[in-house]
This record gives sequence, structure tokens and C-alpha cells, in this order.
Amino acid sequence: MSIEISAKAITPIRLSYGNLIERFGDKRPPSRYQEAVYDVQPTAHFHYRPLWDKEHEIYDTSRTAIVMEDWYSFADPRQYYYGTYTIARSKQQEVAEHNYSFVEKRALLDDLPEEVRQSVRDILIPLRHIEWGANMNNCQIDAMGYGTTICSVAMFNAMDRLGMAQYISRIGLLLDGNETTSLDAAKKDWMEAPEWQGLRHAVEDMFVLEDWFELMVAQNIALDGLLFPLFWDRFERKLSENGGGTIAMLTEFMSDWYKETVRWTNALVKVTAAESTANNELLSEWVQKWVTRLSEAIAPVATKAFGPDGVSELNEVKEELLARLGKQGLSV
Amino acid sequence: MTDKKKNTAFLIVQDNEDARPIIEAVEQDNPEASIQYEPGMVRMECEGSLIVKQETVEALIGRDWDVQELHLVLISLAGNVDEDDEKFELSWG
Repeated sequence: MSIEISAKAITPIRLSYGNLIERFGDKRPPSRYQEAVYDVQPTAHFHYRPLWDKEHEIYDTSRTAIVMEDWYSFADPRQYYYGTYTIARSKQQEVAEHNYSFVEKRALLDDLPEEVRQSVRDILIPLRHIEWGANMNNCQIDAMGYGTTICSVAMFNAMDRLGMAQYISRIGLLLDGNETTSLDAAKKDWMEAPEWQGLRHAVEDMFVLEDWFELMVAQNIALDGLLFPLFWDRFERKLSENGGGTIAMLTEFMSDWYKETVRWTNALVKVTAAESTANNELLSEWVQKWVTRLSEAIAPVATKAFGPDGVSELNEVKEELLARLGKQGLSV
Repeated sequence: MTDKKKNTAFLIVQDNEDARPIIEAVEQDNPEASIQYEPGMVRMECEGSLIVKQETVEALIGRDWDVQELHLVLISLAGNVDEDDEKFELSWG
């Protein structure tokens, strides 16, 4: 007796949900990212306006001056939805956790030169307050924003910022054998030291920005675009040159994270600016305004970090940022 | 076997999320290629040569991509392989 085994293909009647077929056609199944993110946010049949804002619907395109024909024109180049995001971050967390326990076990921070320890206390530890501010700001973008592709990116970003604030706190604790001396001193600097006040003022002004897209530009494009290359890259390198290479082990996540983040901020700027000249002008105006204000605010901290080279380091970072945004189509 | 068949380079990969950007990249970089979805696998054929470019895949997934990750989803291929850090190319002759 012979058994005949033949493969039988059963083709599904339709490949996906109607909204995705309308967007991407019926030729091939949509990706998990597309299924998880597109058109998730309600767009119609809102019964009541929120009590805290009678001028707007709960999801309302008029909460920003940016106008988009389709708010789903932007797609996250990393294609993060809950699954991919948590898998990517848990891998990074494992590496970071390992680095922290390695540094702790060998007491590597005890061998740092005293001036490096002091620079970390003066410059890096106060940055945790900025990370916390960035968490608040991205939660705000998520709450007020429109379109799930943008809002989900903002929420993931908010969680990342909380994580980074925690990493910085852990460095502070490691420096003092689990005492909060550095953390308390950094809080005091953030609240009182003159070199931090410009930056604190700017961050607190962001908390009360009405337009969520302006907040997106101010926080995720202007502030991060200046801060991360300056402190988590250039300043790190300066510490390493002076014998503080261990610190780089503990802040690896920050530099990896920034490289990754630039991909979606670039894509967002590009898509939004290409939509209309009005959008382009508005974005360029916001970028000019915030980059100018923030670079003035960062200047005293940069001088404290790099000495007399601070201002030129900051200017280089600023030029790089503006050149990068120029490439995405902005006139800055 | 006809000459056309002899000259065809093909790449067969599993039909899953990891292979998806590779398939899309092949589609973009090889306009001549025919792509057939079969149960559980995807067959990509092209006369002469077929290329997978690292740059295209990276743009599609938004992260660094090692060309060797291709082997995790690879089922079968035909053609002489020319592989380096930036591309995976199949060709005859």
C-alpha cells in the first residue's frame, strides 16, 4: 500500500482587518506592527467632551497647530509595538544589569580618580531630573497626541526615560556605597546652583506648553538632540580620557538609546515637514526657538563640564543637530 | 531543463516576521523578481541574479542588521553565493 502525501494550501479569505487592507492593499499580510498600531485610537462617536477640557474632543486633531491629512503617515522605523519593544529593552536591561553588578562586585568605582567622581556628581547625576522631566513630557505627548503611531512611540519613550533616570540614580548610589549623598547634592544643585537654573527653567516651561507637537520638538528633538551627544557622548569620552572608563560601562544604554531614537525623530520630522509648507515653517520656527533657548541654557553647564572648551563643544553639537534636521527638509 | 530555468537564481525563506523585511528588501532591490507565497514559505526567483542588501533591510527594520541573520530563515537557494558584510548575492556565471 502506498500513502500519498500531498500538501494542500488553504488560502485565507482575507489577509487582515479591513482598515489595514484599505491602507496597504490585499497583496500580502500586514506586519505585526501594522496590526498592533494602525487605527487603534478612536476617531469618531465621542459622546462627551472631557470635563477638564471643554474646547476639545478627547482625541482631537486641533490640539496642535500641525495639520496632517493622515495622522498615520508617520510610522516608527523601529516598528515597536508592545512585543518588540519589551523584547528589545529586556535584552538591553540584561546587559546593563550585568554591567552594574560587575562594577559593584569589583568595586570599580572606588578606584576612580577623585576629580572624575566629582565631575560625575556635578554633571551626570543632576541629569536624572531632566530624565524625569522628559518622562512627564512624553506622557503628556501621549495623552494629548493624535494617532497611535505617534502616541505609542511617545509612551515607549516615556518609559525609557524613567529607566534612564533610574540608571543615573543607581550610579549615584554606587558612588557613595548606597548612601544618597550624591543624589541629595545633585537635587540641591538642580534646584539652586546657578549653572542649572536656565535649564530647569526651560524644562519647567515645557511642562506647561499647550501644543503637544511643540513639546515633541522642544523635548525629543531640541533638548535631547543637544543633551545626549554633549553629555552622554562627548563628556563620557572626556571622563574616559581621565581614567573614568568605568562610568561608560554604566551609561552604555544612554548612548545606544540615543542612536536608536534619532531614527524615529528624523522620520517624524521628515514626514511632518513634507506634508505642507505651513508645517515645515512651523517646525522650523519651533526648532529655532527651542534650540536657541536650550543651547543658551546648557552653556553654563557645558562650561562647568568641559572648562573653557564647553561653549565650542556645545556649538559643534548644535551645528550637527541643525545639519541633521536640515537634511530632513527643515529650513534651519 | 530549459535555458531560462537553468539561469534562474532563487531564494526560499520561511514565511514569518523575521523574514518579512528580507522579502520586502528583495522586492525593492530586484524589480524583476517574482515572489510566490507558498504555505509556510516564500519563494523569490529572478533571472540571472538576486540580491539582498543590508542597507535596504536596515532601513525597513530600523536597526542594525547582520547579513548572516538571513540564514536563520533560509530554506533553500540556487545560484553561486557572493556574501559580504553589505550584501548577499546569488547569481549564475
